Amino acid sequence: MARAWVFGDNISTDDIIAGRYLVQHDPRELAKHVMEAVDPEFASKVRAGDVIVAGRNFGCGSSREHAPMALKGAGVAAVVATSFARIFFRNAINQGLPVLVSKEAKEGFRTGDGIRVDVSRGEVINTSTGKVYRAEPLPDFLMEILRAGGLLPYLKEMRGKEVRKGQSVI
Amino acid sequence: MAMTIAEKILARASGRQRVSPGEIVEARIDVAMINDITGPITVEALEQIGVEEVWDPSRVVIVLDHQAPSTSIEASREHSKLRRFAAQNKIRNFFDVGEGICHQVLPERGFALPGELVVGADSHTCTYGAFGCFATGIGSTDMAAVFATGKLWFRVPESMLVKVEGRLGRRVTPKDAILKMVGDIGADGATYRSIEFSGSGMSRIGIGGRMTMCNMGVEMGAKTAIVPADEVTEAYLRGRARWKYRAVNSDQGASYVEEREYDLSRLEPQVALPHNVDRVRPVREVAGVKVDQAFLGSCTNGRLEDLIEAAKILKGRRIAPGVRMLVVPASREIYLEALKKGVLQKFVEAGAVVGSPSCAACMGGHIGILGPGEVCISSSNRNFRGRMGSPEAEVYLGSPATVAASALKGEITDPRDV
Repeated sequence: MARAWVFGDNISTDDIIAGRYLVQHDPRELAKHVMEAVDPEFASKVRAGDVIVAGRNFGCGSSREHAPMALKGAGVAAVVATSFARIFFRNAINQGLPVLVSKEAKEGFRTGDGIRVDVSRGEVINTSTGKVYRAEPLPDFLMEILRAGGLLPYLKEMRGKEVRKGQSVI
Repeated sequence: MAMTIAEKILARASGRQRVSPGEIVEARIDVAMINDITGPITVEALEQIGVEEVWDPSRVVIVLDHQAPSTSIEASREHSKLRRFAAQNKIRNFFDVGEGICHQVLPERGFALPGELVVGADSHTCTYGAFGCFATGIGSTDMAAVFATGKLWFRVPESMLVKVEGRLGRRVTPKDAILKMVGDIGADGATYRSIEFSGSGMSRIGIGGRMTMCNMGVEMGAKTAIVPADEVTEAYLRGRARWKYRAVNSDQGASYVEEREYDLSRLEPQVALPHNVDRVRPVREVAGVKVDQAFLGSCTNGRLEDLIEAAKILKGRRIAPGVRMLVVPASREIYLEALKKGVLQKFVEAGAVVGSPSCAACMGGHIGILGPGEVCISSSNRNFRGRMGSPEAEVYLGSPATVAASALKGEITDPRDV
């Protein structure tokens, strides 16, 4: 069962992965220190498929793409937050990490609750309580990038298609 | 239809007559920058998608500044990767260890120009807005798309007007002004927006102070922060600008989602308390908090006028016993000027450590890393938990004058009291 990990407001990219670990960018190495400043046990306890549920301004601060890389490396399947900082939001999509804005989910979860996220329907389900929370749907072109697994696989797919058509996308 | 400066720049860059907030546009990039933290991921992304050449080497700038000089074998490996990439792509605008912080180096070398669209793989890229350009931070993978195509998609931001009037008092600085604004507007109060600074108070602030203010636009969530170009901008750019540019300004009647006004003459020195940039109070309310370290530097406040302001306070005196003070000029140009003017000597005589140009203590990965329970007063831009080292350390953000006064007394001190 995928579990929810609940965090507060203003979780910065320094919280997600601290500056001193940015000497390399291997997602598995970064994952060892993910969320360390906020919850030192998170990295060892998080399981593949778990979801972060947070408050306002998640991912504020540095543009380091190491932050979504570390979350993905740790197996985090999605982040649901009341709001996101702009650069993190874009980086997460580019890394193929679903990020959903839900004004109501934060209050409906406690750490350890079961969670299911339906990105295309824009729904966050607390499988422990049975309650369903609405999330803002993502624009189609961002959904396409997520479906491909991130911007790089998306560009590769597009390139393959366009090359066949005799023109280049990138 | 009347447009703001941000809308005009995006309209020009996307080849349209007009754009409106909320629209998605694909725009041509004038300058694209990577550094030693974000750049290696961009380079690997380009390898993965099989792009062998950047779209225009003359528009790409690479700066090694965060872990400079290198702090580890891993960081050295990342540096080598970028040196090889620059050589292979014939990127001449490559600034190696010691040249300075990207956000200081680009303006000094004339890459931040009025009316242009600049992207950098660093959140503080908004600093360049001080030159009347639309400058914004992006991630490494988005940057790979820019390096490959010279273009990127943008959501046209809503604009927010901040009118600045009045004159700063003695030992009150542009940093205090921006800290006050961050406190009022909040860490996410300008998310996705373009902040536009205007007013007679703004025209009296020098280019360095404008950079300090635009630098912290992102601490309110802003996509960019802009000061339209004027004589101050032109004077700085003379002899520096890389190419011809066309300055633009907001139209009369352009629409803003929010307007605010500040009177600089009523402002007093401010600090941001741990661990949020928007927990801002007047310095006098927290005066007396003991400090272990004082850091003067960063892309926010590592410029010559910042060093001079601090040196005036320290001149002929010693910092308090038990306090470490780190002074790190933001670029080689500043370092040299400060050296010639005898400013660095004053710091060394006062008991401070002077480092080579880099991001230094700001990101907690280079020098001056804080231990558990330690307190730092810093002229940088972020005081997040763990930002400068241990998650149990505390960082207060203040002006160069507040940093110097606090180092002198060993506790947070209003610079008007020393």
